[in-house]
Amino acid sequence: MRNVKSFVADNIVTLIFLTITIIAIPFSGLSGSYIISNLIDRFARSSFLVFALILPIMAGMGINFAMVLGATAGQIGLIFAVDHNIMGTEGLILATLVGIPLSVGLGWFSGQVLNRARGREMVTGFILGYFMDGIYQFFGLYIMGWLIPIRTAQVMQIDGGGVRNTLALESVRGGLDKIVSLKVGPFSIPVVTFAVIAVLCLFIIWFRRTKLGQDMRAIGQEQGISHAAGINVDRTRILAIVISTVLACIGQIIYLQNLGNMFTYTSQRQAGYYAAAAILVGGATVSKASIKNVFIGVFLVHALYITTPLAGKALFKSAMVGQYMSDFINYGIIASALVLHAWKNKRAADLARAGLRMSAEAQAAAGGVA
Amino acid sequence: MSTGTRLLSLRGISKEFYGNVVLEDISFDLDRGQIIGLVGENGAGKTTLMRILFGMPVIAETGGFNGTIELDGQPVAFKTPFDALDAGIGMVHQEFSLIPGFSTTENIALNRESLKTNFACDIFGKRMSVLDRVTMRERAVKAIHTLGVKLDPDMLVSEMPVGHKQFTEIAREIDRKNVKLLVLDEPTAVLTETEAEVLLSSMRALAAQGISIIFISHRLHEITKVADKIVVLRDGKIVKDVPVAGVSVQDIAAWMVGRDVKTKAAHLSVCKDSVYLNVEHLWVDMPGETVRDVSFQVMEGEIFGIGGLAGQGKLGIANGVMGLFPAGGQVTVGGQDVILNNPHAALNSDIAFVSEDRRGVGLLLDESLEWNIAFTAMQAKRQHLIPVLGGLFSVRDEKSMKALALEYIESLEIRCTGPRQRAKELSGGNQQKICLAKAFALKPKLLFVSEPTRGIDVGAKAIVLETLRAYNRDYGMTIVMISSELEELRSICHRVAIVDEGKIAGILPPTADVAQFGLLMSGLGAGKNGDAA
Repeated sequence: MRNVKSFVADNIVTLIFLTITIIAIPFSGLSGSYIISNLIDRFARSSFLVFALILPIMAGMGINFAMVLGATAGQIGLIFAVDHNIMGTEGLILATLVGIPLSVGLGWFSGQVLNRARGREMVTGFILGYFMDGIYQFFGLYIMGWLIPIRTAQVMQIDGGGVRNTLALESVRGGLDKIVSLKVGPFSIPVVTFAVIAVLCLFIIWFRRTKLGQDMRAIGQEQGISHAAGINVDRTRILAIVISTVLACIGQIIYLQNLGNMFTYTSQRQAGYYAAAAILVGGATVSKASIKNVFIGVFLVHALYITTPLAGKALFKSAMVGQYMSDFINYGIIASALVLHAWKNKRAADLARAGLRMSAEAQAAAGGVA
Repeated sequence: MSTGTRLLSLRGISKEFYGNVVLEDISFDLDRGQIIGLVGENGAGKTTLMRILFGMPVIAETGGFNGTIELDGQPVAFKTPFDALDAGIGMVHQEFSLIPGFSTTENIALNRESLKTNFACDIFGKRMSVLDRVTMRERAVKAIHTLGVKLDPDMLVSEMPVGHKQFTEIAREIDRKNVKLLVLDEPTAVLTETEAEVLLSSMRALAAQGISIIFISHRLHEITKVADKIVVLRDGKIVKDVPVAGVSVQDIAAWMVGRDVKTKAAHLSVCKDSVYLNVEHLWVDMPGETVRDVSFQVMEGEIFGIGGLAGQGKLGIANGVMGLFPAGGQVTVGGQDVILNNPHAALNSDIAFVSEDRRGVGLLLDESLEWNIAFTAMQAKRQHLIPVLGGLFSVRDEKSMKALALEYIESLEIRCTGPRQRAKELSGGNQQKICLAKAFALKPKLLFVSEPTRGIDVGAKAIVLETLRAYNRDYGMTIVMISSELEELRSICHRVAIVDEGKIAGILPPTADVAQFGLLMSGLGAGKNGDAA
């Protein structure tokens, strides 16, 4: 009984959203094979992005909302590829080659900022995302087309200044997914994309076993002690953010090549919210995350995305409710996971205090009054 | 168990912080395999001495030190603690420095992990090597074996009993190559008696292998049991440097606390026979000053002193009663129960508190003196306020605040340009007087003062103590004074309680022999449970 209770307490976020999904499935009226084929597609599309959050959590920096910077770098890479009309897989490679150096620089920058905002990394990373919006819009709307000429008409705004708000990525669409596509019954499986995700998983497993991974785990628990043991805490934290930012860049490219179009000035932001929500639903906390959390989270969030809008529409007879549901899921998950984390910490402190209280009360009961 | 070859010699070490001499002409020698017991009260200079030995940056930042340190006959001057570690000096601090989610092995090898290099190292450097967990575990087992204790190399630190944590820390220092000297700072403070026994025998085992140990402890019987010689520090000077043979615990306690200074015959008020403050089984969760189980009674009109070493919980008592940290137990003042965990309720029970954290809790540093003095009275008692619109809300009564401030500036001789001066511009002593004025403005029947003379000069000290004495004598104010300075407590209090390990070790009259106080601080006093004598 106690085990059940602590299992529920430990997995409360996951269980709540699992329950919602199970309730929503029959109401949505969707067939099993529709849901499964959608899940496969979406899993290939977006799990790479979520992996970007693991290392900063391991290094004790919470959810790296500044991964938005990496996603932005990926989008800049894609704009170049589309504008230079380099198609398919080559286009994606070019986008990655442009995006990685950019995201290394941006990651180093946000690592520096987050090191100056110890203990407030998450909210600082969040605001860094907004700050990046400003720079990115300046780049997309003014620098592009002025200092950097735009070659392709479809990339340019209709009135002639800067990059369009909605960019069609037809030329690179499926550049990764369609290299090898395997048909299994009614489902098509993007083999290469899954291979890339598998390699990333292996990388993370291997990385945890390296000296750098061990150092990240150490500073994630006790910065002061790690510093006293001679670990360069600041540098290790910056490295965690740089790797996270680079992964976010690649993740965003994979995401967008699957989708086939991009909201130039908002897609990167959605990536940040989505990834945070997914890893939290998967059972991660701001201080603990694993590969398992990523997989569970990606499946569950997408099951919610697929079923709840239709279930909402069927139940409330309104299409607006469906849209509302997906926003609710994203923000609701992030907020409730953060609140539950604070609640768990408080509970742990209370438990620790109970020992003190009980020993004093035992003395009192023994009649040791002066 | 000295082998006779010299390992370490300190010659004429002196150190001052901003003109304050904290160490003066410290010289002693340590042989290979020898254990030195280093004892002294808080503030005697032990910590500073160890910081110098370790090359802590704070020493260089505050102007360095005089004198020489020789290790193996070579003069050394460490710039950082890492240099000291490389030279073979290991230190185990009072607070655990272990990573809670790591196993024993991982902690022992922390940042000295055994590594297997691979191709990624050529590109990205050594930190991409994979940990060699098998070798790491072998090293851990070896260090644990050297120590002669039973430790599970795979257990997580967060699941260990405290004793095992302490052993893990020591094993980590032993695991270093060429470790010659271990500094153990209060290693037994958190251990049970059996665990402490085991630790002492491991220390002897290490010494037998030629490792020298500097053992800092306030448990004097451990010093006499394990050390080869004993060095007593008092007020920054070495007062004794003798072989331990034939030295009794009483001797050490007396050396530590000092010669029996004739305390000035204070004109103490006569306190009444009725109990005013009754504390039963109080526990307080104040970080670093945990109170475990404290019971005592204070008579009406008494000045009750609470002393003891830092970290033993004496500060937690006042902070807990005042509701500043989570607490439990029974506290009654004048027959009324005090609601714990609620500062407002405590203030309403006619209790006032002068915090040891003068700048953090005591003062609004950026505000004027009149604000500071009237603030608590305003908040807790709604004084110095003018009701507006039939009491719907109220505004400050500037006039009465000013009058109040002027009254205390005069009576406590606060040196300032006027009641509108900002609190942070005053000297430490005058700030302390503001804190007292703020407490007096509540007209409390019971006053807690915590470390009232810490960090203020001698003249201001005398005024602060005289003021407390005067309020006690003239207004019959019951005072509980908490201080690290035993002499101060003995000069002003009716009775002095000594707190040790979160409990009252004993209560003595101020006229008692200093050695008795010293014994209580060492956890050796008879009559563990304090008693209203």
